[in-house]
Amino acid sequence: MIFLNINNLNVSIEGKKILNDFNISINEGEVHAIMGPNGCGKSTLANVLAGNEEYEVNSGKVIFKNQDLLDLNIEERAQKGLFLAFQYPVEIPGVNITPFLHASINSKLKNEKKPELDNLSFAKLLRKNAEELGISTDMLKRSINTGFSGGEKKRYEILQMSILNPELTIFDETDSGLDVDALRIVTEGINRFKNPKKSFLIITHYQKLLDYIRPDYVHVMRNGKIVKSGDISLATEIEASGYQNF
Amino acid sequence: MDTETSQTLDKYAQDKYKYGFVTEIDSEKPKKGLDEKIIKFISNKKKEPEWMLNWRLNCYKKWLKMNDPQWANLKFPKIDYQDIYYYSAPKGFEKKPKDLSEVDPKLIETYNKLGIPLEEQKVLAGVAVDAVFDSVSVATTYKGELEKLGIVFCSISEAIQTHPELVKKYLGSVIPPGDHSFSALNSAVFTDGSFVYIPENVKCPMELSTYFRINAEETGQFERTLIIADKGSYVSYLEGCTAPQRDTNQLHAANVELIALENAEIKYSTVQNWYPGDEDGKGGIYNFVTKRGLCKGKNSKISWTQVETGSAVTWKYPSCILKGDNSIGEFYSVAITNNFQQADTGTKMTHIGKNTRSKIISKGISLGNSQNTYRGNVSFLRKADKARNYTQCDSLLVGNKCGAHTIPYIDSKNNSAIVEHEASTSKINEDQLYYCRQRGLTHEEAVSLIVNGFCKQVLQELPMEFAVEAQKLVSISLEGSVG
Repeated sequence: MIFLNINNLNVSIEGKKILNDFNISINEGEVHAIMGPNGCGKSTLANVLAGNEEYEVNSGKVIFKNQDLLDLNIEERAQKGLFLAFQYPVEIPGVNITPFLHASINSKLKNEKKPELDNLSFAKLLRKNAEELGISTDMLKRSINTGFSGGEKKRYEILQMSILNPELTIFDETDSGLDVDALRIVTEGINRFKNPKKSFLIITHYQKLLDYIRPDYVHVMRNGKIVKSGDISLATEIEASGYQNF
Repeated sequence: MDTETSQTLDKYAQDKYKYGFVTEIDSEKPKKGLDEKIIKFISNKKKEPEWMLNWRLNCYKKWLKMNDPQWANLKFPKIDYQDIYYYSAPKGFEKKPKDLSEVDPKLIETYNKLGIPLEEQKVLAGVAVDAVFDSVSVATTYKGELEKLGIVFCSISEAIQTHPELVKKYLGSVIPPGDHSFSALNSAVFTDGSFVYIPENVKCPMELSTYFRINAEETGQFERTLIIADKGSYVSYLEGCTAPQRDTNQLHAANVELIALENAEIKYSTVQNWYPGDEDGKGGIYNFVTKRGLCKGKNSKISWTQVETGSAVTWKYPSCILKGDNSIGEFYSVAITNNFQQADTGTKMTHIGKNTRSKIISKGISLGNSQNTYRGNVSFLRKADKARNYTQCDSLLVGNKCGAHTIPYIDSKNNSAIVEHEASTSKINEDQLYYCRQRGLTHEEAVSLIVNGFCKQVLQELPMEFAVEAQKLVSISLEGSVG
């Protein structure tokens, strides 16, 4: 099975080209990191994979779990097991995480033709996973992301990931705006979730996150394409001398 | 806005009304038009005492000299008062049926279809219902049980016969018939509605509720409700309304008066779901409603909660006159307008007594081509020492063709009064929809979730049995496919 294969993907927004013959392959269970300077197209890649309609795909192919991903709309991609941990999770006043996530997980289960979760089993699952991430029951009662600190928002993203149980998780600069303690809590959550069936695409600017989650591959991205691939030592090189060598 | 969003929104805008059926039943109607004769006819039908008829005729004379209020942000053709039936009753309603065995099965079926069973064993536990069909009350449930506590819950026509002293004392005491043309009109021709009296220190053990149904064509419904909570008593009351789907406009002009004496509390909730007209703005109910509560005694409290989803035109300002010291007035409102609906709704809080407090939470949601206006008037009279008001007014726009307006008036004659006003206007934003959809929810589910979240502060004020219903109604008002 082809897990994720992106082939010569070209993407633009308002006529401006952002991804330029972009290629990558990710197998089941692999952790990939993409590093690059601001404006190189990292976040565009994350949002195009999630199906954000602001971007225009000009050409190229994306296969996810043997299916053409570009044929699916946002929610269909999510139901198929693609999860995007947002760089800036949006506030939704008045909407509580419980009905929100319960509806989400059930739409995914329904899509997989599995039995849906009733209120009680969902509440148990939510409480258990929240506890593991150090999220208090008080916090679960608040509206989604509303008035949350940066660290709280990111922890909430990880909580949602752990419940929805995606096969592919994309982290869009999850480390941005986090202090060392918050980063530790978030990465512990990710590491606990890792297993040979899950794949990750970590988009980041700095090496720090990669000290906690060791990627199998590191790619350097510039001007809308990958310019170099290697292992973790590539990240160390960038940390030492920046992106100008690429 | 992307195409998918606009497609989904168009789908919402083509929402279908579930209660649009007509009950085929012979009804008795005098000829169209308004004059002294028709008022005498109504009064005679209801076997009213002379004082009642005189009161009506007096109000009619006032009405003749008045013009309809023009200040609202509403556009509709001038109402031809001579082209309306003022009375319509299913045949055989000379006397109100004693029990359900005397009621035409078609009527019982109508209420079953509306989800309001009238057989007590099937009725929602803990809710007593008065069912009003066009101009008459069809049935009142749980009456006997309430009587044991001294609670009077019956139609207003019945109360005029059985409790004339209370009706005489309080009818028109909160809404003077000369207040404006709709209140004068209602006072002249009101047909039915509910009457509630809660005796001293009695906490009413169940929700009282009236369900209004307009069935007959070209007929106006003039509902009159009077609720009196005596010292130290408590009552929670709920009103629901629907009408058949027709392409002509129909008039509903209600007057509702609440009186809370010392330490009494009245909680009044409305779920208004009159036929709103079709997607081109044809047909629908003109809803001109005057609702006013008087906190007459010290420490009394009146709380209005309304969920307004229907009607072609809504003109409605449930208000509180805070006369007793330390009395409290509250107004919680959700108004949803879709297609070509127009709503001009809000409240009036008049602070007269010391330490009186009022709270206004208004949530307006506009979709389609609709116009949604919040209009509020908060005033503090000279003696209203240390009175305070808090107003929060939020508007949510869905789509690009609708409008939201906020018009607050504040008038203070007392320097110690404190007023707080917060207002916001927002659009459901693409980022929120994207976020929800990335978690696997469809466009419709996401909009419904966000709107329900937006209204939550108000919906949670509704009695529990109805909060769930109201939440569903909110979703249905937004969606074409659900329900």
